[in-house]
Amino acid sequence: MNGSKDQILARIREALRSQAPVPGNHDYSHLAMTPSRPKPELENFRQWLPPVESNSENQWDLLTKSFHALKTDFGLLESKARLIDFVLELQRVEQWKRVGIHHGAMTDEIASHLEIEKLWVDEGYDPQAMEQCEVGISECDAIVAQTGSILITAKSGGGRGLSVLPPHHLVLARTSQIVPDLPSAYELLYKRYGGNFPSMISFITGPSRTGDIERIVVLGAHGPKKLTVAILKD
Amino acid sequence: MNIHLYVPCFVDQLYPKAAMAMVEILEKLGHTVEFEEKIACCGQPAFNSGYWEEARTVAARTVEGLESAEVVVIGSGSCGAMLHKFYPELFKETPLAEKANALANKTYEFTDFLVRKLGVTDLGAKFPHKITYHDGCHGLRELGIKSQPRQLLEKVQGLTLVEMKEAESCCGFGGTFSAKFPLVSSAMGDGKCASALETEAEYIVSADSSCLMQIQGLLTRQQKPIQTIHIAEVLVSR
Amino acid sequence: MSQDLTHRAVIKKALGAYEIKRDENRSKYLNWQEARQAASEIKWEAVNHLDHYLLEMTKNLEARGTKVFWASNAEEARQYVISLAVEKKVKSIIKSKTMTSEEIHLNGALEKLGYDVVESDLGEYIVQLNEEPPYHLVFPAMHLTRGQIKEIFKRKLGSDTSDLPEELTMVARNIMRQKYLTADMGISGANFGIAETGMISITENEGNARLTTSFPKIHVSLMGIEKVIPKLGDLAILLPLLATAGAGQQITCYNTMIGGPRQPGECDGPEEFHLVLIDNRRTELLADAEQRDALHCIRCGACLNVCPIFKNSGGHSYGTTYQGPIGSVITPHLRGLQDWKHLSSASSLCGSCTEVCPVKIDIHHHLLHNRRNAATQMPVWWERIAFKGFSIATANPALFQLGIKIARVFQPLHFLVKGTLFDPVRAWTQTRDLPNIPAKSFRQQWKSKQ
Ligand code: SF4
Repeated sequence: MNGSKDQILARIREALRSQAPVPGNHDYSHLAMTPSRPKPELENFRQWLPPVESNSENQWDLLTKSFHALKTDFGLLESKARLIDFVLELQRVEQWKRVGIHHGAMTDEIASHLEIEKLWVDEGYDPQAMEQCEVGISECDAIVAQTGSILITAKSGGGRGLSVLPPHHLVLARTSQIVPDLPSAYELLYKRYGGNFPSMISFITGPSRTGDIERIVVLGAHGPKKLTVAILKD
Repeated sequence: MNIHLYVPCFVDQLYPKAAMAMVEILEKLGHTVEFEEKIACCGQPAFNSGYWEEARTVAARTVEGLESAEVVVIGSGSCGAMLHKFYPELFKETPLAEKANALANKTYEFTDFLVRKLGVTDLGAKFPHKITYHDGCHGLRELGIKSQPRQLLEKVQGLTLVEMKEAESCCGFGGTFSAKFPLVSSAMGDGKCASALETEAEYIVSADSSCLMQIQGLLTRQQKPIQTIHIAEVLVSR
Repeated sequence: MSQDLTHRAVIKKALGAYEIKRDENRSKYLNWQEARQAASEIKWEAVNHLDHYLLEMTKNLEARGTKVFWASNAEEARQYVISLAVEKKVKSIIKSKTMTSEEIHLNGALEKLGYDVVESDLGEYIVQLNEEPPYHLVFPAMHLTRGQIKEIFKRKLGSDTSDLPEELTMVARNIMRQKYLTADMGISGANFGIAETGMISITENEGNARLTTSFPKIHVSLMGIEKVIPKLGDLAILLPLLATAGAGQQITCYNTMIGGPRQPGECDGPEEFHLVLIDNRRTELLADAEQRDALHCIRCGACLNVCPIFKNSGGHSYGTTYQGPIGSVITPHLRGLQDWKHLSSASSLCGSCTEVCPVKIDIHHHLLHNRRNAATQMPVWWERIAFKGFSIATANPALFQLGIKIARVFQPLHFLVKGTLFDPVRAWTQTRDLPNIPAKSFRQQWKSKQ
């Protein structure tokens, strides 16, 4: 059963028999000069969006600036050992007792050093048990320098719930995963998943927030109150 | 150049000084000024209220009356927008369409004409006062007039321009809107007046007399110590 | 329209910070105007080939197990959701922000049948508790002060907190968490539908939509048919434009693309995903080629934020689901021109809305078009007489001059009636003075100059 599909399509086709002016040309066609401009397509968006320099040092500067502005915590770790210390330190300070986590190269490594209860999500899990976790640890697909966003999917981020239910989301990533801008992130999605996208893709940009009370920003509205990105240099 | 000065109906009746100032400026620059007495109104009130048929009757007179003019200059962003931008839409697919387009293309708002068409900014004026400038919405958003009046004011001796907060926000006039929704209209105007008063300027200058009528109306009622004046009057001051 | 000064101050304060952040983020663009142009061309392409893109999107969605329902009107959409809830023995429902659900009055219909329906977006939750409609497309509770919200929470939830926004937010957070996990159905909106890959895209800051679409067994998304866009990659420009124009952010906190229910090999997510596509007279707007671009709207709310009418009269004064300038444009199409034409008159036509709109909708000119259509369809008798008279008079300079002469003669006597019911310009003189009529008009001075 698909409802009034045929009727709606018929109405649409009938409506579209009249031509609407092309944008930028509105009704004032006698005045508007429509210069030929690049097509509105992914590869051209960079000509208009906030610019990102191509060298990786500048991208890192831009990224850290965004992280600061968004109140995303982060660490740039020189080695695996440092990364492990970084996470263990977090565990000590925040006194984690339970952690939600999924299998992956980086997450497995960290898990082997975390001597606390682990909720592995990969084969399915009890949401109530996840609710008890102080932290969710996941990997990601990419980090976007332009916006400070973490790109995760149901595949890279351990499903849908792990990155959003526990009050702290810890992302493990590598410097090679940093992409300059949103167009690059989308290009990566096309390349990596082609015709078979995970059922959920999400750009996470800072810890959950709301401005619904007098437009004052409060972190941790419904999702994580804290977002930490631990980035291993490679 | 043979310049046809288009004087909007309410400027004719209420602000003749502004129109006379424009005549003086244009003549001093060596141009011949003409005025078509047969034209009374551009038709905007009817157009804005949705009565396009009636608006066309009025506007047709303007379109035909100005057919032979070389250029048309208007001292009001609002009426300028009407001729330059809305006439082509109003007359679309009518016998007058072509003439309306031709008129649109030779019509200029006063400050725009001086700065962009004539390339003049220094008119040798002297106005030793602190002023603030109000951008009329139609001039600003329909005709893209923002820097032109400022370039002109910059060259006026003794004048200090203090920009007010939200110089671009609407004064609340909006033609028939001001009478249909007087309270909202006045509330908008009050916001404008407050921003202007904050600058401690002596004058609010604008290129649109209709905005100034609204603003002055509120200021006089509230007995506020600031005056409104059309930019053309500033530019002829010595 | 309300004249409440404190209320105005609240709105002004709320929007002050937005303006600063918006300008700051907008200035980072290499070319904001061209970015808008691109966004408007993307939406133009989609809206002007709507049948094609809707079919592509639904085909792709269905291929991965999504059930698509096409609803002609509000009734069909409501009925579908209700039958689904009955069939699946749903008890509690959690919702994330969806204006489309406001449009079809879904909450009321579900509550009447005894379902427990909770809005999870903080602003929506607050107005739901306060039993009023959202005040603003994007910031539903922007008209309420923290003190008022504290009182609402106390009255409805028995909470006893200070009026700190942090504490108030935590009250809602704590209540909501169990709801995400125990609700049987999650209802969301959709900011975009993606034809190429068969997905919906949801933009939010709080994470409530993420949670709503992760845990309940059934996910229902409500989407207006005009929300479809051609390609996944189009979001690379639409998402930042939406956030910057509407909220002053570079990009919002969560931008989530959902392509179906839980897929094989995935560890969580709903078992069922239903997409309800809603026409509800959008095709009538589509048929109006002149105003078709109003369907480009991405509901960012920017035009409300800059609108002097909105700022002074407030979101509730519209009495519509979609407030502000865009609401005034589309409501007459969605709900009847004659009943809603007054919205088009309530504008000074300042054009701030059109200037700010990230998809370049010709908003304020469409208000003019609505005025024209309303007057052509059913003229107001006295206006018609007035403008007929006006057109005769102005076409006849002699007559016009005579009229003006009469007015000039009577002006000195105006003080006699000023402010009374007999004052012909009473609407003006309630709050404003009239200019003094100078001794000589320009015409007269011009003549004597020649
Ligand atoms: S009309 Fe434009 S500015 Fe207004 S909500 Fe829609 S997209 Fe935003």
